[in-house]
Amino acid sequence: MTSVLKISDLHVSVGETPILNGVNMEIRQGEVHALMGPNGSGKSTLAYALAGHPNYNVTAGSIEIDGVNVTAMEADERARLGMFLAFQYPVVIPGVKVADFLRHAVSNVRNPERKEGEGLIGMREFRKEIRERMTELGMDHEFARRYLNDGFSGGEKKRMEILQLAMLQPRFAILDETDSGLDSDAVRVVSEGLAKLAGPLMGVLIITHHKRLLEFNPPQFTHVMLGGRIVEIGDAALAHDLHANGYATVRARHPEAENTKAEAAAVAS
Amino acid sequence: MSIATVDTRRIGFDSATFEAFLATRSEPTWITAARRAAFETYQNLLQVDLDPEEFKRVDLRVFNAGKFRPTAEPADSTAIATLLSDKTEFGGSIAHVNGQSTFSQVSDEIQSQGVLFGELQTLLTSHRELLEPYFMTQAVRPDSDRFSAWHAAFWTGGTLLFVPRNVEVALPMHSLIAHSRNGVAEFSHTLIVLEDGASATLLEETSSASESIAGLHVGCVELIVGKNANLRYVQLQNWNQNSWHFAHQAGVVGSNASLQWTVVGLGSKLSHIHQDINLNGRAATAEVNGVTFASDRQKISYYTQQHHQAQGTHSDLLYKEVLRDDARVIWRGMIKVDAAAQQTDGYQRSDALMLSDHARCDSIPGLEIEADDVRCTHGATTGRVDEDQIFYCMSRGISRKEAMHMIVEGFFQQVYDRIPVEVVRETLSRTVQGKLGIEAVAV
Repeated sequence: MTSVLKISDLHVSVGETPILNGVNMEIRQGEVHALMGPNGSGKSTLAYALAGHPNYNVTAGSIEIDGVNVTAMEADERARLGMFLAFQYPVVIPGVKVADFLRHAVSNVRNPERKEGEGLIGMREFRKEIRERMTELGMDHEFARRYLNDGFSGGEKKRMEILQLAMLQPRFAILDETDSGLDSDAVRVVSEGLAKLAGPLMGVLIITHHKRLLEFNPPQFTHVMLGGRIVEIGDAALAHDLHANGYATVRARHPEAENTKAEAAAVAS
Repeated sequence: MSIATVDTRRIGFDSATFEAFLATRSEPTWITAARRAAFETYQNLLQVDLDPEEFKRVDLRVFNAGKFRPTAEPADSTAIATLLSDKTEFGGSIAHVNGQSTFSQVSDEIQSQGVLFGELQTLLTSHRELLEPYFMTQAVRPDSDRFSAWHAAFWTGGTLLFVPRNVEVALPMHSLIAHSRNGVAEFSHTLIVLEDGASATLLEETSSASESIAGLHVGCVELIVGKNANLRYVQLQNWNQNSWHFAHQAGVVGSNASLQWTVVGLGSKLSHIHQDINLNGRAATAEVNGVTFASDRQKISYYTQQHHQAQGTHSDLLYKEVLRDDARVIWRGMIKVDAAAQQTDGYQRSDALMLSDHARCDSIPGLEIEADDVRCTHGATTGRVDEDQIFYCMSRGISRKEAMHMIVEGFFQQVYDRIPVEVVRETLSRTVQGKLGIEAVAV
């Protein structure tokens, strides 16, 4: 059975400020979706809301995985159901080794019923697996012994997100500007890495302002977000057009979306 | 101004208690004479307020010395849980229970190197000429304050490690200080003397035989590190939460010598440690590590002083504290640099991680510098567990609670990384997990 991530009429506020005003989207395993839109249109908010960040309040609508409503679930429960967010700004966790962190994460995701203190995935098996994935992503095995994201360069952090993606093998991966702030070599590494990992068992939502990630991972669907709504849906050609020509024509076609944003700003002030 | 009616029976011991204590001792007259002198000092110091700089945040109002007395009852260490004793190979091991020495052993090989290791009073008596010059003369003096004088009058034995010139003791030594009865006052002393060029490691721990007994420890640690010598000393304070722990602890580090000192505070109802690091030889170095995890209503206090007395000396202190529930931690740190101590490099830092809104931490670093060509840095941070870190862990399938635990362990890991003795790192990690409430992880 192909899993489906279904987002219906999703309204999300941060504090008192509404950011998403009714987002609809369906992602199936094996599909690649691009989410585009100008800064401030709500793309990252959707990413955080899907992952279950406590500061992003769903005020209406729902998020379902295969018909199971996950809207009220904590982030860790969602992760155990196969949700993954590659962070735009990965967090540093001092003193926690990459390998220890991932061993716990992998144990929980593969054994969703696991409680703290219960068995972790076998060390030998885990070590072999993480080494293989690091080799595939062209990463130095030394990475596993470093503290998570501590002292990592921007490129190393993003590569670490892709390593986690590789180890956790989620059903649904959201990549929030995973290619931002990287030099072109690093963008290539991340793009190729994702292309290798995304297969028939992974549904991917790529949030990006750049072409490169989408060239390596051509989307079947391109969603355009304006004022907290999806205003247009197309294919890879739409993404290409937006990269080439910007958002002016989309804005002109959807003046009501910009008004919503202005209203939201008025509510906030 | 002192309060006119100090009830000294609440804050200390009177002469009847002292005489009763002396009656139980069998020891040479010179030791008894030293005790009497210290007791007189003690009686005077009981009338004097404690130094507010050191004690004003340490609430001793509920302390009642009258509930505790020294004991001469025979004791037994076999049933007392220790964190370290069976975890690695030791070159020698010693145990003290309720102030009585219960066990002492040292390998033939180490003994044949001329090393003295064993019960302090016994060895101080048999090797008076060698050891007396080091006992409460260089590192801790009886008249420092009420607690050092109390200890000097009532010390109940302890651990001695003496390593002769250029002798290297490869295996660590182990020392246990324990309480097994309710109401015991115990005054264990730890004296380590490394002659020039010597090297050794002593791992010391404290333990209560059960959760319910109340105990009082008024301790003293003296670490005397000769020229080019290298000492590693760990004290792991793990009393139950009915115990009181007061200690004067001081190291004296000679030229080109190094002292690596780790202080761990996990247990006790209230503890106050006065820790002095005296760098009195050229290019002496000291690395000081602190690991404190206070929970419930525990109060754990440190007064640390890195005293640079000679040129080119180097000190590096890193304390890490985790506070939960209604716990309180106080760290008052001072770097003192004498005029003669040019080209000194002093560093001190305390980081506290708060796991509760009701916990409180006071971290107060300080500098007193009389030399003009020095580099001294200090800092203190207090913060809560970062919600962004927790969300990041949770987004990877790790529960909030497990994420908190992981972040706490990571916080301490930065100190563990400085501790060269593997068994200590492992023991600390395991013990902290235990206190966090994590069951042993089956691998």
